[in-house]
Amino acid sequence: MKKHYVLCAALLAGPALAGGKADPVLAKFMVDEVEQRSDHQQAFSLQGWLGTDLNKLWLKAEREAHDGSTEDAELQLLYSRAIAPYWDLQGGLQRSFSEDGSDDSVVIGIQGLAPYHFEVDAAVFINDQAELSAELELSYELRLTQRWILEPEITLEAAAQGDSENGAGLRREEHALRLYYYPEREWAPYIGAVWQQLYGDTADIAQRRGNPRQQEQFVVGVRAWF
Amino acid sequence: MKREYPPANIPRRRFVTGAASVIALTGLAGCASQAPHQQAERRPSAELRGNRFDLHIDYLPVNITGLDSLATAVNGSVPAPTLRWKEGEEVHIRVHNHLPHTSSIHWHGLILPTDMDGVPGLSFAGIPPGGYYDYRFQVKQSGTYWYHSHSGFQEQTGLYGAIIIDPADDDPVAYDREHVIVLSDWSDEAPEALYARLKKQSHYYNRRERTAVDLWQDIRRQGIAATWRDRAMWNRMRMSDSDIADINGIAYTFLVNGLSPDANWLGQFSAGERLRLRVINAAAMTLFDVRIPGLTMTVVAADGQNIQPVSVDEFRIAPAETYDVIIQPSADRAYTLFAQSIDRSGYARATLSPNKQWQADIPAMDHIARLDHRDMGMAHDNSAHTSMAGDTMSAMQHKRPSHEAHAHHGHHAMMSEPLPDTPAPAGQGSKQTFQHAATEFGVGVDMRAGMPANGLSDPGIGLREHAQRYGRKVLRYSDLFGLHPTRDPRDPERELAIHLTGNMSRYMWSMNGVMFDDAEPIILRHNERLRFVVVNDTMMTHPIHLHGLWSELETGDSGHIPRKHTVIVQPGSRISYLVSADAIGRWAYHCHLMFHMPGMFREVRVVGGKV
Repeated sequence: MKKHYVLCAALLAGPALAGGKADPVLAKFMVDEVEQRSDHQQAFSLQGWLGTDLNKLWLKAEREAHDGSTEDAELQLLYSRAIAPYWDLQGGLQRSFSEDGSDDSVVIGIQGLAPYHFEVDAAVFINDQAELSAELELSYELRLTQRWILEPEITLEAAAQGDSENGAGLRREEHALRLYYYPEREWAPYIGAVWQQLYGDTADIAQRRGNPRQQEQFVVGVRAWF
Repeated sequence: MKREYPPANIPRRRFVTGAASVIALTGLAGCASQAPHQQAERRPSAELRGNRFDLHIDYLPVNITGLDSLATAVNGSVPAPTLRWKEGEEVHIRVHNHLPHTSSIHWHGLILPTDMDGVPGLSFAGIPPGGYYDYRFQVKQSGTYWYHSHSGFQEQTGLYGAIIIDPADDDPVAYDREHVIVLSDWSDEAPEALYARLKKQSHYYNRRERTAVDLWQDIRRQGIAATWRDRAMWNRMRMSDSDIADINGIAYTFLVNGLSPDANWLGQFSAGERLRLRVINAAAMTLFDVRIPGLTMTVVAADGQNIQPVSVDEFRIAPAETYDVIIQPSADRAYTLFAQSIDRSGYARATLSPNKQWQADIPAMDHIARLDHRDMGMAHDNSAHTSMAGDTMSAMQHKRPSHEAHAHHGHHAMMSEPLPDTPAPAGQGSKQTFQHAATEFGVGVDMRAGMPANGLSDPGIGLREHAQRYGRKVLRYSDLFGLHPTRDPRDPERELAIHLTGNMSRYMWSMNGVMFDDAEPIILRHNERLRFVVVNDTMMTHPIHLHGLWSELETGDSGHIPRKHTVIVQPGSRISYLVSADAIGRWAYHCHLMFHMPGMFREVRVVGGKV
């Protein structure tokens, strides 16, 4: 409810008379990754926001597929509020989809830029069985030239309890390295590599289902925002 | 196809005759106006003289960059017509708004009644679509000024023009011929789109960010340790030392009198003449560094007010500032007037020549500076006194005011700092150390200058090394001394501290950490004399404009304080000026960079009686 109130208030605020409007309601849509991976896999990761300087409605979507059929997907709808110059506190709902069906969780997270330009997206999830899990994404843009950017990214997933698909503790670690070329500020094709390692029961369960504990893939894709 | 403009190079007297053909010219020969209102093609900016004027604001199709676009024009021209007034006379300007939006005209730098100042929301309600507003006031000053829209971002789209006021008495400046030089920045994109882009990616236009290639070169040149020291601070702060202009030549085409560098505005002279250039920066976001290779410029007026002449090779002019310079080209040759943007991403150019066919070389742009510790408010060394958001190594702890000390100020208090009861005498500037207001510790502020330098004698980023590098004398504010004795010799009764604040990455701008929409007015007592101390807690160069009252820059001689209407506050620096609150009313006070202005803005309210 609160996010609705804030957004409505922002939309109804009259135009600043003495100049342009300081804090207009804007929307940004980011295609962080749309990529083809080796082994017939596809993945995308999208984000979008609608809002003002400090209050935003934030949408995040991720999907991993194999030959076009979804293996894992997540959709988050969050209210995002600035709590520090470089940090947003985000809370909302996530629906995740897997081969076993869907699962709903409450999400609380923090997103922003850490000193030395590390991009951080960290969140904890509590699902409808009151199970607790967490995810951390760290990335860094290494600017080789004004157009070539090398971006290492680390993703860690952990959980307090196990379930039918996953174990407790650290479940998954992913390292990615993508090389982008920006013809324009708004978009860049890239190539890269993704290395993924599953741990503990999560790895055992995956293996029983015929999936690898460890995976290296080459990727090619495109990133854009507008 | 190339546009063709009649060159605006006709000497003044002939120009006036030429202007008779312009629509809506009134007052001159009593030829009452109301030519049919139509806006078909762009005209050269006319010079309108007299006491009665009709100005028509309307859209105008233009082609400045090679693409068709739409400008906001006055009487069919961009820039708007030059208005020529006489000191001491009353002028009556009827401004017609043909836009589908509210519009307004602000007479920049003019001392006039508050309801004539043209700021919607403060002076009046604005001029509604299809409506008009009668501006009528006594002209109390002389010199070079300008006018522009104060509504939305209309100024960016062309709604600006020059005002020349001839003095009632003899002009202390002797000259044979004059040219108005209106500098501006043009984009075919709507200003709202540029602003939105900066909100989404504030470094969008910075294409000089540090790269691994730079890193490798720096390490080879100065070693790993020194390179690390250089980079660590910037990286820890999540900022870029190449962030000098928010928007630059990637988006903008820089214009002289409405013409691009290719279109090459031409101003004529005859060898040996004393030429007066009235230079006005009407740009939305661009500071220009102006020079005329081969000629020394004698600056005779700043912001319309006569100063003791000072000869320079180059001067920086911020949006809304004006400088009058005298040049005396003795050779029978062409000269290039070259105005490069502060970040060297582009330039405006014009030609001064005795002959319409001649052109001079266009110089290469100067070296590109990088911000340094001084611009971060670390005047003395890199001991990291400037406090960054979340930077625990900083001196934030002892700079942060205690809750007790500031409890009585309230959340949006403007009087951010308790300053001493007896300020330093007039002319010398504030001697006070300062604190940051509690409101400066919010999400909208990413930096606070810990040891701000005095910005008075700083020529500014990019110009500091020009004496050594190019042998050029660059104008500094500390070179400005009023030609006439200081009008109000009183010492200030109090000091008012204003901190210019922002969050670069969110592209938010404010004063004392509070944006205009959330701010209380600054209250001044009628006829009080006080000192404004402005501290720039950002890395950007902000031109700060106070409406209705002079900003009297304290350059060291209390007897000849120069009066300005727009004052550059250098990055990470402070500057002080005196203000006599001699005009009751509601006045705007803001950064004149168009996209900083919506947030970095205050109402200054001068009230009579007891406050």
